[in-house]
Amino acid sequence: MEERRAEPHDGNTDGVSRRDFLRTIGVGTLEAAVLSAAPLPSEGAPAHTGDLVPLVLTVNGRRNALEVEPRWTLLYVLREKLGLTGAKPGCERGECGACTVLIDGKPRYSCLTLALEADGHEITTVEGLMQGEKLGQVQEAFVQEDAFQCGFCTPGQVISAEGLLRKTPHPGVAEIRHGMSGNLCRCGAYDHIVKAVQHASEIRK
Amino acid sequence: MIPKIAYARPHSLKEAVKELSAPGTIAHAGGTDLLGCLRDGIVTPEKVISLSGLSDLKGIARTGDGGLRIGALTTLAEVADDHVINEQFTALAEAAASAASPQLRNQGTLGGNLCQRPRCWYFRGEFHCRRKGGEICFAMNGRNEFHCIFGGQNCFIVHPSDSAPALVALEARVRIANSRGTRTIPLDSFFVDPAKDVTRENILRPGEIITEILLPAPVTQMRSSYRKARARGAWDFALSGVAIGLRFNGKRVDQARIVLSGVAPIPWRAVETEQALAGKILDGETVARAAESAVRSAEPLSDNAYKIHLTQGIVHESLMALRPE
Ligand SMILES: Cc1cc2nc3c(=O)[nH]c(=O)nc-3n(C[C@H](O)[C@H](O)[C@H](O)COP(=O)(O)OP(=O)(O)OC[C@H]3O[C@@H](n4cnc5c(N)ncnc54)[C@H](O)[C@@H]3O)c2cc1C
Ligand code: FES
Ligand code: FES
Repeated sequence: MEERRAEPHDGNTDGVSRRDFLRTIGVGTLEAAVLSAAPLPSEGAPAHTGDLVPLVLTVNGRRNALEVEPRWTLLYVLREKLGLTGAKPGCERGECGACTVLIDGKPRYSCLTLALEADGHEITTVEGLMQGEKLGQVQEAFVQEDAFQCGFCTPGQVISAEGLLRKTPHPGVAEIRHGMSGNLCRCGAYDHIVKAVQHASEIRK
Repeated sequence: MIPKIAYARPHSLKEAVKELSAPGTIAHAGGTDLLGCLRDGIVTPEKVISLSGLSDLKGIARTGDGGLRIGALTTLAEVADDHVINEQFTALAEAAASAASPQLRNQGTLGGNLCQRPRCWYFRGEFHCRRKGGEICFAMNGRNEFHCIFGGQNCFIVHPSDSAPALVALEARVRIANSRGTRTIPLDSFFVDPAKDVTRENILRPGEIITEILLPAPVTQMRSSYRKARARGAWDFALSGVAIGLRFNGKRVDQARIVLSGVAPIPWRAVETEQALAGKILDGETVARAAESAVRSAEPLSDNAYKIHLTQGIVHESLMALRPE
C-alpha cells in the first residue's frame, strides 16, 4: 500500500512492468487476479452471465487484472478488491458525493458506475493525488484551510475539487459552489471547503 | 447490492437492438438512473445491455438543414457546455446545466434523461402502486407535496426530466431504432399520459432505443430559456419549472411554446398560454395574463397547491427575462 501510494500520479498508464503489475495484484486482490490473457468485455466476448468476468481496470496509472461480477459497482471493486478505501460509500444512490472518483479526468460517482463500464477508462482516486509521500496540492489546501471536521466526505470533496480545477483552473466563488454542489458535507464545512478550493487554485501548478 | 445480472456491451446498433428484443433485458446508457432502479428493485431485468460501446450515438453535429443532431449518449455536461447549444438552443443548455449534479452530468446522457423513471416516493419505495401494476396511486390520498397539479389521472407522478420540457419547447424530434429500422417522431408525442397507460412513461416498445435527438434549424429572432425552482440551491429535481421557446417578429411574439416541468406526468404544454402570447408584444400586462393562464386548469392535491403560485411566478419571471431589448 505504501509503495503504491509513493507512486506519483502522472496519468501515465504505459510501461507497467510485471513487477508493478504483481505488486498491484498483491493489494488484497489475489483471489480476484486473472493472470491469463482472457479477452476483455470490449474485445470479442461481449456477453456475460452473472458469474465472474475478467476486467482490466486502470486505477491511478496502474492496470489491475480482476474478475468481477457484472453487478459490482466501481466503488465496490475499488474498496473491496483493490483495497483503495479513499472513495467512501455514503448514500450509494448518487446523492452525497462521498464515492466521487475521476474517470478520464472528470468527477463521477463510483457508486452509480458498474465496474465493467470503467473498462478502457482511466480512474483516479484520492490515493492517486499523492505526490510521492507528500499530499497533493488540493489535499494540502484542504488541510491548510481546515476544510473538514469528521472527514468522511473529504476524499470525495478533494476529487471534485481536483476535477473542477482541471476544467476551470481559476474558478470564482459561484463556480466553486456550482462545481462542488454534488458533494454533501454532513458537518457543514462548506465555507472552509470553498476557501480550500480557492487556495488550491492558487498553489496549483 | 444490486441483484445478480448478466451484462453485454454490443458495439453496433444492430446488435444492441437485437439484444434488447429479448425478454428480460434493459438498456444502460450512463446508468445514473438505472443503477438506482436496479438496487431498489424497481426494474428486475436478467440482463443489462450497455449502450456505451455505441460510439455513433455520441456527440453533437450540425445537420444538413442547419439543425442539430445530438446523439442519445451525449452527456448532459457535454450538452450544457456546447457553444452552439448555448447560443442557439439556450433552453436546452440551461436545462442540462440545471439537471442533477456535476458528477451526474458527466455521466448521465441526454437519451437517458428522457427515459428516466419517475421519482415518486411511492413508486420508488416498497409500494405496489398503479404504475407497478397495483390497484391505487398512493399519492392521491398520501403525501403528495412533490406530485402533479396537471394531468393527474390514475397516477400523480411528475415527469422528472429537465431536458424534456426544453426539447419540447424547441420542437425537437427523436429518432427511435428497433430491429426493423428507425423512425423519427416529434418529442412532444413521445411521452405517455397516465390516462392512456399508467404503466409506461414513453412509447418505446421492448427492443427500441432512442438513437438521437434532432433540433430544427434555429430561426432568427428565436429566444428560449429554461428555469426551474427547487427546494434548495444545490442539485434537486424541479418543484416546478418552465421551458419557453419564443419566435419573434420584431417586437411581437410570432409563435410561443410554453412547456412546464415538475407539475405533470409528462412535459406539460401550456397551450392556452401559447395562444395568449401569439401576436402580442410582451408588455407587463400581457405577461401577467399569460402567467395566470398557465395555471388556470391546475388541480392541486392536498399538499401541493403551492405549485400553482410557484409556476405562475416562474412563467412570469421567465417571460419578462425573454423580452427583446
Ligand atoms: C441524485 C440524483 C439527482 C438527479 N437530479 C436530476 C435533475 O435535477 N433533473 C433531471 O432531469 N434528472 C435528474 N436526475 C436523473 C439523471 O440526470 C438522469 O437520470 C440521467 O440523465 C439519466 O441518464 P443516464 O444515461 O444515466 O440513464 P440510465 O440510467 O442509463 O437510463 C435511464 C433509463 O432510460 C433508459 N434508457 C437510457 N438510454 C436510453 C436510450 N437511448 N433509449 C432508450 N432507453 C434508454 C434505460 O433503460 C433506463 O430505464 C438525477 C439523478 C440522481 C441519481
Ligand atoms: S455514495 Fe455515491 S453519491 Fe453517495
Ligand atoms: S467533514 Fe464530516 S461530512 Fe464533511
